[in-house]
Amino acid sequence: MPIEVLHLTHCYSEGSVLRTVALDDVSFTISDGEFVGIIGHTGSGKSTLVQHLNGLLKPSSGQVLIDGEDLNGEHVNRRALRQRIGLVFQYPEYQLFEESVEKDIAFGPKNQKLSPDEIAERVRYAMDCVHLDYERYAARSPFELSGGQMRRVAIAGVLAMKPSILILDEPTAGLDPSGRDKILSMLEELHQREHVTTLMVSHSMDDMARLADRLLVMSEGKIVADGTPREIFAQEDMMTSIGLDVPEAARLCARLRARGYDLPADLFRPEELKEYLIRLWKEGSAC
Amino acid sequence: MLNNITMGQYYPVDSKIHRLDPRIKLILTIAFIVIVFLAKTFAGYALIFAFVWMVSRIANIPFRMLLRGLKPLRIIIILTFLLNLFFTSGNTVWVQFWVIRITKEGFMQAAFYSLRLVFLVLGTSLLTLTTSPVSLSDGIEILLTPLKKIHFPAHELAMMMTIALRFIPTLLEETDKIMKAQMARGADFESGNLISRAKAMVPLLVPLFVSAFRRAGDLAMAMESRCYHGGEGRTRLRVLKITRNDWIACAIMALLLALIILEGIFL
Amino acid sequence: MQSDTRVQLSNVTYTYEEQASPALSGVSAVIQPGEFVAVLGHNGSGKSTMAKLLNALYIPTDGNVVVCGYNTREEKYVWEIRQRAGMIFQNPDNQIVATVVKEDVAFGLENLGVPTEEMLPRIESALAAVRMSKYADNAPHMLSGGQKQRVAIAGILAMEPSVIIADEATAMLDPSGRKEVLDTIRALNRQKGITVVWITHFMEEAALADRVLIVTGGEVRLSGTPAEVFDRVDEMREMHLDVPHMTSLASDLRAEGMPLRPGILTVDELVEEVERLCPLKSST
Repeated sequence: MPIEVLHLTHCYSEGSVLRTVALDDVSFTISDGEFVGIIGHTGSGKSTLVQHLNGLLKPSSGQVLIDGEDLNGEHVNRRALRQRIGLVFQYPEYQLFEESVEKDIAFGPKNQKLSPDEIAERVRYAMDCVHLDYERYAARSPFELSGGQMRRVAIAGVLAMKPSILILDEPTAGLDPSGRDKILSMLEELHQREHVTTLMVSHSMDDMARLADRLLVMSEGKIVADGTPREIFAQEDMMTSIGLDVPEAARLCARLRARGYDLPADLFRPEELKEYLIRLWKEGSAC
Repeated sequence: MLNNITMGQYYPVDSKIHRLDPRIKLILTIAFIVIVFLAKTFAGYALIFAFVWMVSRIANIPFRMLLRGLKPLRIIIILTFLLNLFFTSGNTVWVQFWVIRITKEGFMQAAFYSLRLVFLVLGTSLLTLTTSPVSLSDGIEILLTPLKKIHFPAHELAMMMTIALRFIPTLLEETDKIMKAQMARGADFESGNLISRAKAMVPLLVPLFVSAFRRAGDLAMAMESRCYHGGEGRTRLRVLKITRNDWIACAIMALLLALIILEGIFL
Repeated sequence: MQSDTRVQLSNVTYTYEEQASPALSGVSAVIQPGEFVAVLGHNGSGKSTMAKLLNALYIPTDGNVVVCGYNTREEKYVWEIRQRAGMIFQNPDNQIVATVVKEDVAFGLENLGVPTEEMLPRIESALAAVRMSKYADNAPHMLSGGQKQRVAIAGILAMEPSVIIADEATAMLDPSGRKEVLDTIRALNRQKGITVVWITHFMEEAALADRVLIVTGGEVRLSGTPAEVFDRVDEMREMHLDVPHMTSLASDLRAEGMPLRPGILTVDELVEEVERLCPLKSST
């Protein structure tokens, strides 16, 4: 279910002195099953873009097509279209409200007007996806859980709607390293298992290096780069010029090249660098 | 919708009125309210209107800003007018058909009472348009300080008001975020009858409340960490001073009061 | 008592009311004046509990905490302690009390009963130290997370503390906000000699400290310079903590036989070592 964004522009406070252009002629296509990372400095337009993909915001000009249908078109059933897109906001645990984990996760399916049996099945499915044991957690109050668990309940609430497109805004924000690892593993597994088209907005280059097939790099409301992590992280200068980092391994690679070492310009995984350096050392010591 | 709410209606320009001591302004507003109730004729109202117009000119406030304060209450004002119009007994009948009876006396009374409401709102609007929420809260705290003797929590009240004011924009932002998150899960805040719309508010209100409690706990810890221990021994950054303009304002209000009293006696 | 600005924990145990096992047990540490100490641990390790014991928000169930010469058990000194050991918290919004930045910075001064004439100069110098002077008359809700945290720091600075305790102050910020706040605190530590206790779960922040305390399961498991602590990669991994990428890479390389020196934390350090061990055949 591809997404097509055509010349999307969004201005806040149109017609007043405070007019700001949050998105400036943004165009891209996302194919079925891709895992796309959206990166950019704060204020680059990432959050605005994401809210357009779900129809929460209307474009000032341009179009958002989901599966060929214009999200903001006149005769479109927007609510039905919207429900195929699951959007997980930042700090999603702040939206939990029900008495039990089960009921909260069921909120989405209920709004989709599914039968009670289907709803129950969706809840189990979603809890399984986020590795929350049904027997242990379904009846508990979400407010008793730890921060990381609450976040997984919130994500389950969106997964229960079985969206064909999953969009996550900074899913690891505020979590400690092991919490982050759990969420990322979960997303990795989910993507491999269900092949849901996934878009992830994040500041963490390490997260992107791990999960994304493709990166959209944003700056000042525009898309400035579109490519695989390997291609993008090789361009350290470009990234720094727009206020972004590259993973440390990529930086190491760039520094070594600058010092005259002959390694491929686009290494960015620590394992790759390890292999290269071991080889380099063994060759050197053999002389 | 949520973007258009300006904090406390404060209209931040500079003027003699803006610079008056908030305590004086509070007292004068109360005096003004009393004066509005004392006025008995339209002549008195004309005087009051002239006063309001004059103050808004000195305060550099466009009159339409003042009138905007009436918008939320327009239904009550209209209702007051209509009730008095139809249900006051009088002799000079203007219109009569079926059970509807409009008399001259009814009309005059309707006009009088609805104008009274209008002036009450305009008077308080003048206060909130020319006094920042923080100054107001300062003024209220100091005016209520004498009540501390009977254990009235004047300082705590003012602290609550300031903190509430500080968090209004933050809470509005949060409401927006929660609404969007629930809408992304298919929640519908717009359609349906009154009952279903009330039910739809639960996914909005519960998270807000939970978050508000958490904020309160965090804030209390942060305040204690900065040595907050209630009102005892506290000094203030903002010190209020009564100037000559304050006395002039009092004199003008006293004059208005005198005129209205005279109007009540002679007209 | 004025000159002693150490922070001492002696065998401190703390158990929360409703819980059976202690959040912190038998912790001892001394933080010297002017030190920048990072307390690193995952969520639930006890590090936040430790922070709140340092300014008498919590009193130890067992053991003693002595801050700048005052024991936190002595209730009558609570305000002296909190004036000398200021704390900033994780949520940038939930520590700002006033509607205008300048007035929030004044909050602590008002609580301390500082005379009005003295307040404005102290506020101005505090705002200048965090580079927020031009926002003095702004409303806090219009600021970014990093800016809000800097206002919070200014609010503490105005009270002229000897110690600043930062309880996961960057956890809710984006990378640029984190950098802003960390840079500000490091400058205060170096230029004004303010002792800093920096609670965090970001190891790249801990790597910048003078000393790191690793807290896990309510105990201080490791203590030392960042280089010393992070080199113990296996122990760190076992405690579910990250080590800097370069340290981890260096450790893996050493396991394959490459004799890298210990204590590598940054890209530049690793590059140096690679140049030492695998010198380029000179072709210039």
